[in-house]
Amino acid sequence: MVVCFLIHTVGALSPCESRVLYSRVFGVEEEDEELSGELEPEKRRLARKERLGVVARQVRSAVCLSREASGSVCVEAVLGEEAVALGEAECGVLSLGRGEPFAGPSVALWLGVQAMAFTMVCQPHENLLLAEGTLRNLTRHCLEELRLLGTGSEVLLKSDRVDAMLQRLLPHGQLLFLNNRFAQNLDKELSSYMSK
Amino acid sequence: MFTPATESFIKQAREIQEDELQRFYGRVSKHLLQSPKEGGEVVDSLQRLHLIVSATKYVRTLPPDFSKKLQTLLCSPSCPEQFQILSSAILRESLPLSLHSLSSELSQDSRTLSYMASVILSQAGSKEDLLPLCQHLLKSLDSRQPRGSGYQTHTSYSLQDLQLLSKLANTQHPVNLVSRKLADWLRYASVHQGASMSSGGIFHQSQNTSGKEQPALMIEVDGAVAGDFFTVLCVGQSYTEDQWMNMYTFSMIRKWLLTYDAEGTSNTESDDRSEVDSSVMSMVSATSSSSRLLPPKERLREKAFEYCHRLIEQSDRKALKRTDAELQKACLVESVAIMDIICSEDASYVYRAFPCIKALYGRLSADLGSARALLPIAQFYLNHSEMAAVDSEAVFCHLFSRFPAELFNEPMLAFEFVQFCLRNVTVLQDKVAIYRHSFPNLLKFLAWNSPGLISEYVELLPSLLAPETAIELLHTLLDLPCLAAALDLQHRSACYPVQDRAVWDQQGSKITASLDAFRQPSYRGLFLYILRPESGTGDTIDRLNTLHKALEGMVESPRVVHCAQIVPVLLHVYFNTVTKMADEKLISQFLMVLLERSSLLYNIKNFSTEVQRVFSMHLQTLCKLHPPLIVDQYKELLDFASTTTSIYSKEHFYTHVVWVIGEYLSVAFDPRCTVELITSFFEGLEAVLFEITQVRQSANPPTYSPHLLTVLMTALAKLASRSQDLIPRASLLLSKMRSFARSGPVTACFSEEDSEEIITRAHELINLLKLPNVAQFVLAPSARGESPRWHRDTNTGLPQRMRAISGLLHNQSSFLPA
Repeated sequence: MVVCFLIHTVGALSPCESRVLYSRVFGVEEEDEELSGELEPEKRRLARKERLGVVARQVRSAVCLSREASGSVCVEAVLGEEAVALGEAECGVLSLGRGEPFAGPSVALWLGVQAMAFTMVCQPHENLLLAEGTLRNLTRHCLEELRLLGTGSEVLLKSDRVDAMLQRLLPHGQLLFLNNRFAQNLDKELSSYMSK
Repeated sequence: MFTPATESFIKQAREIQEDELQRFYGRVSKHLLQSPKEGGEVVDSLQRLHLIVSATKYVRTLPPDFSKKLQTLLCSPSCPEQFQILSSAILRESLPLSLHSLSSELSQDSRTLSYMASVILSQAGSKEDLLPLCQHLLKSLDSRQPRGSGYQTHTSYSLQDLQLLSKLANTQHPVNLVSRKLADWLRYASVHQGASMSSGGIFHQSQNTSGKEQPALMIEVDGAVAGDFFTVLCVGQSYTEDQWMNMYTFSMIRKWLLTYDAEGTSNTESDDRSEVDSSVMSMVSATSSSSRLLPPKERLREKAFEYCHRLIEQSDRKALKRTDAELQKACLVESVAIMDIICSEDASYVYRAFPCIKALYGRLSADLGSARALLPIAQFYLNHSEMAAVDSEAVFCHLFSRFPAELFNEPMLAFEFVQFCLRNVTVLQDKVAIYRHSFPNLLKFLAWNSPGLISEYVELLPSLLAPETAIELLHTLLDLPCLAAALDLQHRSACYPVQDRAVWDQQGSKITASLDAFRQPSYRGLFLYILRPESGTGDTIDRLNTLHKALEGMVESPRVVHCAQIVPVLLHVYFNTVTKMADEKLISQFLMVLLERSSLLYNIKNFSTEVQRVFSMHLQTLCKLHPPLIVDQYKELLDFASTTTSIYSKEHFYTHVVWVIGEYLSVAFDPRCTVELITSFFEGLEAVLFEITQVRQSANPPTYSPHLLTVLMTALAKLASRSQDLIPRASLLLSKMRSFARSGPVTACFSEEDSEEIITRAHELINLLKLPNVAQFVLAPSARGESPRWHRDTNTGLPQRMRAISGLLHNQSSFLPA
């Protein structure tokens, strides 16, 4: 099961920071129940936001180090060249220990597309092949529907589109085994949603 | 991408003033009162509102009536989806909590329920908060009514949250109910294609039927007609509801089996106990014909097993589309994992599973592209091959000798491989011999991606340590950056053929030089050594220096630099582990390696300094553990200590070597320590001190630190106190220190306090040596056995002791014998 999905920046700001542009946490953080029952909702939400910030920063360093090591030159793609941008994206994975920052150990899968990263945090022992495929699919949709290669701010103002994508492709954090036909059916629905 | 405009949106959203925000709530409220179904303006304002509540980490509280309006919007199935999504998103991020009011009006419409559930799940603070939702889901699962409209029911979430349900409920009933449903969905979904949406419900004509309107059969991924029951690898124009449920069920069955099979099967309140006695059935469960009579959990296991078996067969077909080919691989990984779980729960399945898994291994082993699918197979072998009396050596041989060597640059495989090793580290260490022998191969993953994998390797390294290969491992760790460089060259060399000289040259002249070296036959042996897959061919090579020179062009390459940064960490782990298991002979060998390698390191910036620091620390530990070490290796130590040039390249380490000599070269630690031995060390150190403290007009200012001088002086004094003939020579040398410290070049270089310290120390030592018996006591090595008394500890106690004695001598010189 996927614990959370993030879209955040890598590179634009100061060395340590990563701005989270979209975040969605799934399900209930079960192991936290002893703690969360005592915290008020505000504190719970604050803790959740800060945890997401920690993940974003860790992924940011991982992306930067990976790009440095591979020495790849970033070719700026523009609107319309989503497939190219996706083709050149780096993929990586890092493990997050117990308490760093989620209660249980987890695995953060990331895809770095130019100045942004798409991160999916999964529970341990998840099918990473499936997760990688799902992440790529989601990223492709995000790049297209949110026009992320352009200069607009759709990622902030049209976040309901991402919610609609997640509702179909990753319902409540569940990874799905979609063959090309299932995927096509879902894509058709998504385009009819987006066109409204 | 992220632009200043985006940044300013976020800022505005965070800094909006309270009164403006209240006005905004009012405006949106009014819009909602009007027809919510039209007007892009309403959508726009809701989107902005979502940004306002989610952009800040401090929660915003909506006015209660406004919150109610949003909830109404969320709960009405006739509302357009966009409104439901926006309301759901806004309610999730804000207060007041809506979960209780939502829980009391749970909808029957599946899409609406799904969005309501996302709010409830996100706001739930305890198990009790989820009870209404779970009960509602269970009820809807139990009913036979068709759910939802159009495409999909999304009751997938219900399947997970029922896990929560059973934690709340005390009976097995919900679990059994769900298990029954899951089994039906898995195994008995329709094999016919659903009504095509575009053609308004007209079924496609199947080729074989004549005239009758029959729905077409599902197709396999390679185009053939589906031969058996429906699975996720069956393709059709459109899908029926039970086929969607089939896909959802398979997507979550692994988690379900893991959660429920782990719990005990005994439960006195279960309704289904009367159906069948499970202890009898488990013996009979080997055959599937009696599956109807199995209790729900066992039946689900059976169905899941058959499903996975079919998926494995279906994965052999050549898919027409790339997405399907990738899905096949993911299905393989999942199926083998599920079979593994089932076999762990019920050992009778092992005999059915093994032929299938073995055949799969045979099919995949030659194909490097399927490497990730081989890891679950290896896990299966590890868990069950003993039970089935199947030989698994070939599998592990393949795994450890091929994958790291050829797929080191695949980040996902590397991660999964290392996680596999970590999960099974005890078994691998004890039962799979090739694991430990393959450490040169295993370290390739780390060398390629140091920052990403270092935390895993810190845990893994102790398992790779064995007394027979400990020295070789130490050398390999010290040469890890060389390995990184060599792998990089190997990778580039494979990517850019020699003929393409232009691309080659583009990489920069330094790298090109190394690339050329990589290709030269004369260096072949060196590279083959560093890239070797297995240990045992020798601790290190003679021409290591040559290799370092050949790789000089890569010292600034980021990958190599990252690798160099993690080597000290690994060395610490190594020494901390090895000192627990090493015998005296091995410890002696370590000292040799430390002395030898301190000057034989790949020349990356700061690498040598950092490694020396680690060496110095562990040199002390080793000597403390086994003081006779000094006498064992006296030749090498003497050589090292007498070489003045050591100072300039490795001062820190040299200082520690001198200290260790002064500390542990004594009869108290080793009876073999003779006067000759002490004298030869003394002479060596004396020569060095003499050379570096020459006071000549043309002498260069000292390039070493004052600390080295004090350590040298003290060590000499210590040695002299143990062989009293040397005292006059020591005194003479020490008396020259004053003029040295006052000389021009030195005062320019060292600070005032340092020069003073040198003079004071020399003076104290001279005084001390005037009283040989006292000197022997003061400068003697600390007693064995730690006692936390600072005045007894050599390091901290010595200056104090010396000052005390000096003071005594000054004040009461007339009372003491001359």
